[in-house]
Amino acid sequence: MNCYLCFSPIVPEVNWTNFLLPGIEKKICVTCEEGFERISDECCPMCSRPGKGRCGDCTRWEEMLPGVLDQNHSVLTYNAFAKDFVAKWKYRGDYAAVEALEAAMKEKWKLLNLEDYLAVCVPLSLERGKERGFNQSEALIRMVGKDPAHLFERIHGEKQSKRTRRARMEAENPFSLIKPTNQPVIIVDDIYTTGRTVRHMASLLKENGCPRVRSFTIFR
Amino acid sequence: MLSYFQRKKPQNFSWIPSNPVPHSHLDLAGKLLLQHEIPYSEKDLQMLLSERIITKTESMEQHLFQTCCRRCGNTQAHLFAELPHQTCGKTCVYCRNCIQMGRVLECEPLYIGSANVQWPVYEDPCAWKGTLTPGQQRAADDLTAQVQKGSGEHLVWAVCGAGKTEVLFPAITKALETGKRICLATPRTDVVRELQPRLQKAFPEVDTAALYGDSPDKNGRAPFVIATTHQLFRYAHAFDVLIIDEVDAFPFHNDPTLHFAAKRAAKPDAAIIYLTATPRKEQKRRLRQKSLPVTFIPRRFHGHPLPVPALKLTPMLHRSLNKGQLPAHLLRTIAAQQTTARQLLLFLPSIKKAEEIASFLKEAGYEVKSVHAEDDHRAEKIQSFRNKEYRILVTTTILERGVTFPSVDVYVIDAGHVVFDEAALVQIAGRAGRSADDPDGDVRFYHIGKTDEMLDAVEAVKKMNKLGQKL
Repeated sequence: MNCYLCFSPIVPEVNWTNFLLPGIEKKICVTCEEGFERISDECCPMCSRPGKGRCGDCTRWEEMLPGVLDQNHSVLTYNAFAKDFVAKWKYRGDYAAVEALEAAMKEKWKLLNLEDYLAVCVPLSLERGKERGFNQSEALIRMVGKDPAHLFERIHGEKQSKRTRRARMEAENPFSLIKPTNQPVIIVDDIYTTGRTVRHMASLLKENGCPRVRSFTIFR
Repeated sequence: MLSYFQRKKPQNFSWIPSNPVPHSHLDLAGKLLLQHEIPYSEKDLQMLLSERIITKTESMEQHLFQTCCRRCGNTQAHLFAELPHQTCGKTCVYCRNCIQMGRVLECEPLYIGSANVQWPVYEDPCAWKGTLTPGQQRAADDLTAQVQKGSGEHLVWAVCGAGKTEVLFPAITKALETGKRICLATPRTDVVRELQPRLQKAFPEVDTAALYGDSPDKNGRAPFVIATTHQLFRYAHAFDVLIIDEVDAFPFHNDPTLHFAAKRAAKPDAAIIYLTATPRKEQKRRLRQKSLPVTFIPRRFHGHPLPVPALKLTPMLHRSLNKGQLPAHLLRTIAAQQTTARQLLLFLPSIKKAEEIASFLKEAGYEVKSVHAEDDHRAEKIQSFRNKEYRILVTTTILERGVTFPSVDVYVIDAGHVVFDEAALVQIAGRAGRSADDPDGDVRFYHIGKTDEMLDAVEAVKKMNKLGQKL
């Protein structure tokens, strides 16, 4: 086996557990695993940002758009290693790299018990889809074993990551809802930075009769 | 039996058009590009395709049991992955090995630019007016002959500090005078950055291009390209003369895809020149078989022999290193060394150890800095050491080659570690005594038991000194 990220061979450590029981195959090596940092329980209850209590961002959001997004769950912190990972996976288009995070994602997903939620993916504009070749949000939903629901369409615009915080906040809603739903919804995406994207989607959903909207992102 | 299956298959480049169409688009000459890398609009591209200046080719080769990426030559199954491709609606294979340079997908073609371009002919382009030593001159003559003859390989085995770059000047001059295209490829970005201004100074009239991972110039439309070996992934049958500096260096020596790229980047009748101070097994085997012509330069440009490393047994070394310290007698040696005029270069096996020892020596009251691959201020720290702004530099194998300090002593701590192989140790020993003013230096390998690598390194240095004496 080779590491999914750095391609170096993985030498499995033999201990009593995997000597007696069938071992769980590791996808990434120890060094790469240490690069990612899990978000502990001590984080903002609204958006999973590491730290004590509700964070300033969420307080501001609740003043501006009260009750639009119920909760965001994240698995890992968006540190320098994660930034490199996202650059490789999303921008260079290394689709298979995401399998490195499968174990961590599935674990968190199971913990949240999201069986009756509809897993909604963030759409890409046609141009971006053509350039990238895949939808990262769809890939994540498939990985946790759900079927992605396509409820939205997107108008082509600049990448969020190329915008400043200010520009993001002031940007118009690029999404339009094509299939309203009355089921509770979980929006799956790769990164929660300012929370603008998911709130654009959540506000449309809530306006059209969706009872609960949560979001699930790998990085925060 | 095993060797039968593992032996190298001859590379097949029949997919590159064999009689390229002449044209005048310098930025396409000999390029191998993805669609979005082509600097022309969709309409122009169609026209270039119909004129056969650009030809399309499949990006992946399917063999019986394996796929081969035509851009990087990767055939390892775990370096291919599948992608549910939105554009074509199928599951497509892509190559993960060369994804840093843009994704090569099975369903998207590669574009080959015709290499048949008239490069300018320069008259007497070389402004360097120094003289070569007899050893250098011999190598330079051999290389010039090789460039003139074309098709063939030549190895220059020169000791560290022999002045390899100057040896190339006559051959480069010859190539430029006959309108040939040259590429000087080297595995390391630092070396490209350092070489380009030097070569530009030696050939002031000539258009040169420096290509590396994040170089400002991506086009490389010059007749003289200085590039990292990774950049060769973007070339196919482009160069008449391909010079590979430090063939034995990481990552070139152990990455078959880079060898593939180098072979493809050179024209079928190109002259390929290898430069090294420490040939690896593969080259040594070919030397023994006499299938690779070679020229030795066993003496440094200043004519003095290489300092021979001294092996110092230090049984308690690991115990001290684990505590982040150095043994007492080693500290005394360093103290004595610091009273001399020479600076000190300390090599340690890992980044962590290097930092620990640097802070330990700092506490002991020395002027110390540490440098390693993940250091953002590497270039500045090296420059200030060269300017003698501080006394001791603690480093990893990152500084084993390509850097010159005028007057240093070199100590390798834990020389038995796996990272210090023969090539690394010979290169490290070659850091000492580089200048004509101080042609000697103290090279010590501290170890807890001699390894074959250490003995081979000492042997290699002695052998070169012996050859040098005969001259």
